[in-house]
Amino acid sequence: MKPEHLHFFIDPNRCIGCQACVQACSECDTHRGTSMIHLEYVERSSSVQTVPVVCMHCEQPTCAEVCPADAIKRTGDGVVQSARKPRCIACGNCVVACPFGVPELYEDKQIMMKCDMCYDRATAGKKPMCATVCPSQALFFGTREQIEQLRPMSMPTNQFRFGNQTITTRVNMMVPRSGAQRPLVNVTDAMDEKPRARTVSLPVAGGGAADPFAEVEV
Amino acid sequence: MAQVAKEKIKSGVAGAVASAILAILIVVGSRNLNHFDAALVGYTFATLFAAFGITYRYAMWLQRPPTRMYWRRGWRVFLNPRLIGSNVLELARRFFVEFAANRFIFRRGKGRWIAHWLIMWGCLIGAAITFPLVWGWIHFETVPGNTALYRTFVFGFAMQDFPVESAFAFIIFHGLVWASFLVIAGVMIAFRRRMIDHGAVAVQQFGEDILPLLLLFAISVTGLMLTVSYTWLRGYAYDFLAILHAITVILTLVWLPFGKFFHLFQRPAQLGVSFYKDAGKTGEQAKCLRCGEPFASAMMVRDLAVVERQLGFRYELGEAEEKSSRGEEMKTGHYQQVCPRCRRALFGLAQGALWRRALNDRLGEAS
Repeated sequence: MKPEHLHFFIDPNRCIGCQACVQACSECDTHRGTSMIHLEYVERSSSVQTVPVVCMHCEQPTCAEVCPADAIKRTGDGVVQSARKPRCIACGNCVVACPFGVPELYEDKQIMMKCDMCYDRATAGKKPMCATVCPSQALFFGTREQIEQLRPMSMPTNQFRFGNQTITTRVNMMVPRSGAQRPLVNVTDAMDEKPRARTVSLPVAGGGAADPFAEVEV
Repeated sequence: MAQVAKEKIKSGVAGAVASAILAILIVVGSRNLNHFDAALVGYTFATLFAAFGITYRYAMWLQRPPTRMYWRRGWRVFLNPRLIGSNVLELARRFFVEFAANRFIFRRGKGRWIAHWLIMWGCLIGAAITFPLVWGWIHFETVPGNTALYRTFVFGFAMQDFPVESAFAFIIFHGLVWASFLVIAGVMIAFRRRMIDHGAVAVQQFGEDILPLLLLFAISVTGLMLTVSYTWLRGYAYDFLAILHAITVILTLVWLPFGKFFHLFQRPAQLGVSFYKDAGKTGEQAKCLRCGEPFASAMMVRDLAVVERQLGFRYELGEAEEKSSRGEEMKTGHYQQVCPRCRRALFGLAQGALWRRALNDRLGEAS
């Protein structure tokens, strides 16, 4: 059992895209050699913004519900496991159904695998590999008190809205502190959002008529 | 609740019919129980219960919305008149490569593969010998006038004569011994992995992963002890061993529908799914609502949206909810139409939007 007082907090805004989590993840014994974390570039051509995505361990996991083989199980401590190997028939329903885009299908092995919060470590009271190495603490595993102390401007939430569906998760996302008890993150409202291009001042040497201190969008 | 009760009744009826059919086949195959060995009656009732339990669970499983969808679609795709010929050939190929040789398990790990392959073939050989004997479908008699020959009867029909003192006789009369060797070797390799592999140790459960191995081991060892008893110990403790062996086999048969062994019956769904996926690859592709890139078969995305609604999920975006609640096919506006990559990007963008709003609010308050 994972210790009750330890929680996973994810803060995508702090991600610096260093890939340390990706490398560390593949060291986890439950999926040795294969990294289960997604480090996604939001819009590669116009932004360097990256998002680390781990399994959010939903209370009512869509992946498990749509699995025709009943292969995805949620443990008593709320961790949604990778597909059970004898049962998974590699249909890919979970991959297409997961609202967070987490599961991955390995066609050659006929199996779905996903982040299981490093179950071998978490059940022993250790941090998942990704949280161990994340230098910016975009991925944090600890107590609520610790995260509140570290991020006084933020608060954790575990409620997400996708269209008309609300999903409650085991993993928390850090959001701006507000009056609400548990703010709802409306994911589908961000459909038209674009990563913000950063405006920086680049002094350009020479350049003739061009203003050497012009702001350049990157 | 009424729906669940209906499903249970349907499954119960299916289970009872399966048991009844097996009982009839036992009576017919053993020629009105003339060739039925009364000493094996315990095994027979265990198989009748297993037939009920397996069929009940299978029928319940087939009624789950995602399973039902794949079952129907899989058969429709497979039986497509244009493709039925090539599908049958492909089915045969996949049956041998994926099932007989366990290629997909080989790719998961060589140790896992050899353990599974040995256990699987040991169990299949054991079952192929045990069940027809228990049900009285196969029996042997000496050939009248020649006691050096045995005659095999299948469903009461004479099939083949062979010398009692022959290599062939030795091999087939010790079929369960060979099967035990395979199972024991496989169980040992599986146990070794489950003891030293940290990943396996972390997620394994006694009932799901250890108990099946213990049961197979117990069946094989007690079976071998029977052979040892009558071959080298002049039947020492044979009755006790026979009861012990019967208990292990009967327990396993009774447990078949409930535990890990049920995957024997679920696993063939992999073949149906492979044809569904083949059809999906060659058919229309779903394009992501956000990035416009194709990401999955349109048929699968549509089917999944239907299944999600049946399961009570409401991933419709805005007005599509009203359309689909009237039973019309959803064409636009479902979160299922966003590709997994964009879903991950949205996860970060949604947080960024919250921060922007919060900071703008604070700036507004400050000014």
